[in-house]
Amino acid sequence: MTELICIGCPRGCHLKVDEENDYAVTGNNCNVGAEYGRNELINPTRTLTTTVRLTNSVHHSLPVKSAHPIPKKDLFKAMEELNGIEVPAPVKCGDVVYRNVADSGVDVIATRDLD
Amino acid sequence: MFDVVIIGAGIVGCSAAYYLSQYDIRVCVLEAANDVSMGTTKANSAIVHAGYDPETGTLMAKHNVIGAALTKELCRKLDVPYKECGAMVIGFDETDLNTIQKLYDRGIRNGVEQLQILNREETLKLEPQLSRDVRGCLLIPTSAIIAPWELAMALMETAVRNGVQLKLNNRVEAISKKDGVFTVRTNADEYQAKYIINAAGVHSDKVHELIGEKEFTITTVKGEYYLLDKSESSRCQRTIFQCPSAVGKGVLVSPTVHGNLIVGPNAVDSDNVDTTYEGLQFVKKRAQRSIPFIAFGENIRNFAGLRAKNDRGDFIVEESRSVPDFFNIAGIMSPGLTSAPSLGLAAVDWLKGKQELVKKDSYCESRKKIRFNELSDEEKNELIKKDPRYGRIICRCMTVTEGEIVDAIHGVIPAVSIDGVKRRCTAGMGRCQGGFCGGKVAEILVRERGISPLEVLQDQEGTNILVKELKVK
Amino acid sequence: MFDVIIIGGGPAGLAAARKCCEEGLEKILIIERDSQLGGILNQCIHTGFGVGIFHEELSGPEFAHKYIEMLKGTRVEVMLDTMVLEINKDKEVTIINHDGYQKLQTKAIILAMGCRERSRGAIATPGSRGAGVYTAGAAQRYINIDGYMVGKRVVILGSGDIGLIMARRMTLEGAKVLACVEINPYSGGLPRNIVQCLNDFDIPLYLSHTITKIEGENRVEKVTISKVDERFTPIPGTEIEFDCDTVLLSIGLVPENELSKVAGIQLDKRTKGPIVYENMETSIPGIFACGNVVHVHDLADNVAMEAERAAQGVSDYLKGCEREAEISLSTTSEIGYTVPQHIHLPLDKDRYDIFFRVRKVFGPAYILVKDQEGNQIARFSRQYIIPGTMEKITLPKVLLQKGKGNLTVSIEEK
Repeated sequence: MTELICIGCPRGCHLKVDEENDYAVTGNNCNVGAEYGRNELINPTRTLTTTVRLTNSVHHSLPVKSAHPIPKKDLFKAMEELNGIEVPAPVKCGDVVYRNVADSGVDVIATRDLD
Repeated sequence: MFDVVIIGAGIVGCSAAYYLSQYDIRVCVLEAANDVSMGTTKANSAIVHAGYDPETGTLMAKHNVIGAALTKELCRKLDVPYKECGAMVIGFDETDLNTIQKLYDRGIRNGVEQLQILNREETLKLEPQLSRDVRGCLLIPTSAIIAPWELAMALMETAVRNGVQLKLNNRVEAISKKDGVFTVRTNADEYQAKYIINAAGVHSDKVHELIGEKEFTITTVKGEYYLLDKSESSRCQRTIFQCPSAVGKGVLVSPTVHGNLIVGPNAVDSDNVDTTYEGLQFVKKRAQRSIPFIAFGENIRNFAGLRAKNDRGDFIVEESRSVPDFFNIAGIMSPGLTSAPSLGLAAVDWLKGKQELVKKDSYCESRKKIRFNELSDEEKNELIKKDPRYGRIICRCMTVTEGEIVDAIHGVIPAVSIDGVKRRCTAGMGRCQGGFCGGKVAEILVRERGISPLEVLQDQEGTNILVKELKVK
Repeated sequence: MFDVIIIGGGPAGLAAARKCCEEGLEKILIIERDSQLGGILNQCIHTGFGVGIFHEELSGPEFAHKYIEMLKGTRVEVMLDTMVLEINKDKEVTIINHDGYQKLQTKAIILAMGCRERSRGAIATPGSRGAGVYTAGAAQRYINIDGYMVGKRVVILGSGDIGLIMARRMTLEGAKVLACVEINPYSGGLPRNIVQCLNDFDIPLYLSHTITKIEGENRVEKVTISKVDERFTPIPGTEIEFDCDTVLLSIGLVPENELSKVAGIQLDKRTKGPIVYENMETSIPGIFACGNVVHVHDLADNVAMEAERAAQGVSDYLKGCEREAEISLSTTSEIGYTVPQHIHLPLDKDRYDIFFRVRKVFGPAYILVKDQEGNQIARFSRQYIIPGTMEKITLPKVLLQKGKGNLTVSIEEK
């Protein structure tokens, strides 16, 4: 039995995950917790948020995020890839700025309009 | 070739430069730091003492009383915040009351006016937040508060307008003399002069010994302070001193010209300006003896300053005994700030004994500054119409506009750091301590000075706030 | 003449404006100090926003973006780069911007100025004063907006959410975060942030510790932390030293109420925000407040919901709702405060949400609401209650009607 705090939402439910019983989750208040508890022990993932270089703009940094969570172990690899890219302005919130980050199959999207 | 090199741009060096700039001579000021007032001048109690404290007949007593009057006049002429808020020396027991009587008598002898001894009730009526244990006080109505670094800045700005050359980032490393001419070598350059005025503060003994014999020794005494938010400013109307005693001069509580409350100092032998847990605890406990309910949770900043104590027990204001034409103004501890203008004049008097000094046909002796917050509504609008940057508030705690910050960066003595801007126009001096405006001031420094963000300094050289640009290939 | 002027264009101001618009108010103005809307959301590039309002996990800029998009094409006017210098009880708003200094007249005001970070002075951290000490929010701006790193080896003082978020952010950008140091025996941040910002990166959290010395002349070079006793006094002999070049402070937020003070609005010493009614009205009729200017929230979604209550309050106020009396809420010592502090009578809503924070960690416990005569009118069960998370209870009107006089909220351990 493993105890976890759910990071699925700010509520922070105290979960118990039973490895012996197909990773059954208790203590959750919603499905997000059930899924999180299970994933966290099998293949933990995180949403990556960071900035990338913006060009053609008075602003220097464009905030971005991975459109979906990526494997936790690949966070630094993803950072390295994103540290090397430049995105020309203008950018719209939701625009894909980088595809398949760290070979995760997940795209990276802008989280803000910037001219 | 200069007539005079002044070493040190603290309040004393700035005063000397100010008065000398009125004469037809070439004056240069060498300062190790990247701004004026970077030593003792920027970190002290900021009190203009009336002059009841120094022993009658000492140089301290003489310069204190003259200096207090000069400071008042200079602050008016130079548009420097000055407030005659008055002061009290409060007593808690018989010994204290005897001390108060002695201070009163000494004050009268020193020529201090309007002194009064008050009983407990009278004291508490004037300052109702004082401890109920107070037994009486010496009331000093002419005691005042100022912004010391602003006075130093105003004095030096005026001196520079009058032709004095200010050389910042010039740490004096060697001094020699040949054929009646001094050569002063700094980390940056060499300067020649007929006369040297040593106003190097806590370093003045070492500077003197670069060429002269050991004539005095400076030791440094650290004083630690709290600066509380404006919300605590109503704790007292006047500067509240405790009686000096065997254990020290006592901790003061005072309003400041910017509307804060200052509490301190202790007195610890030290050569650094780090605050300490023990020191701050001491100051807090001592201050609570005067005013029990100070809310230290409203503290916005702690700082420490060094006082230059010398082994003679009085100011050293004299020509070097081993080096002719070298004038020492050294060991200037309290009441040094108050005395500074008088010490500056003493340097002029000394020089007059050396060579004829002729006043310039015209010179400037006043200064006017834009303080947006103090203008009337009409004046504010007029100013914004002329320059819309005065309509953009950068520091919200102190209501400082972009226009004032740009003024500070392009002033007679340009601000080169975030704290340099703060000392000139108070941006970042308020309750958030630059939390909101620091980044914006940095941005304006980058834009106006044409520097990289990596070059933005918090204060002195080496205090760069940013270490690396992100996302560069 | 405006119907409502909203001071501040962060999450509270944006959500209030949107709701005012929905309520049919005609002349709505947002005054924002910065050159863009969104306030501090713009630098909060991490996710964790929006679950309550938009039912999806958004970053700060995305959360702001949603509101800004909703306001486009509406009647809401926005003044950027404009600072409010003063407001008064007659609802005159004195502003300044590049056009000059002027007074605007409005029927109602919503205060949405947010909060500021406590700085080093507030806790009198001793040591040297060179560069390298930043509030977490200031560092966040330098890194996320300006694109510059503030340091390489970092110690974080305080375990507030911004500090935790910055621990992760700086680690991802290549810095080494050596420790997060918290003076309380519990963390001040959300549990999820301890997990995903500290634990994920093996950053140690030192509870009941504080920084007792910062060394380094021009820049931080070394930090000493010490364990503290229950009265927060450092215990000699427990020192741990860290070689580092940066200290981030995440030691709490303070509502920004300078305008409120000058206007004569009554403030609560505990929250440092205005004392408010259930409709977020302050002690001055027609002046409302919401968000971190009232009390410090841990979630922007809660801020937005509070802002909607304030906007509803303004709408009712403009329609001329009559108020007769009030119920006051007090707390026992284990609870820091409640918001609202008062409830208007007559009771005209079906439900009343009460928010508060506790002062220590509770395991399984009941939240009790008692009336003036000591009768329990409501009881809420919780598995745990922690200071880092704002707690909420909802009192139905029928229960409130049962109570006699003022109410007290307390906690009883199971």
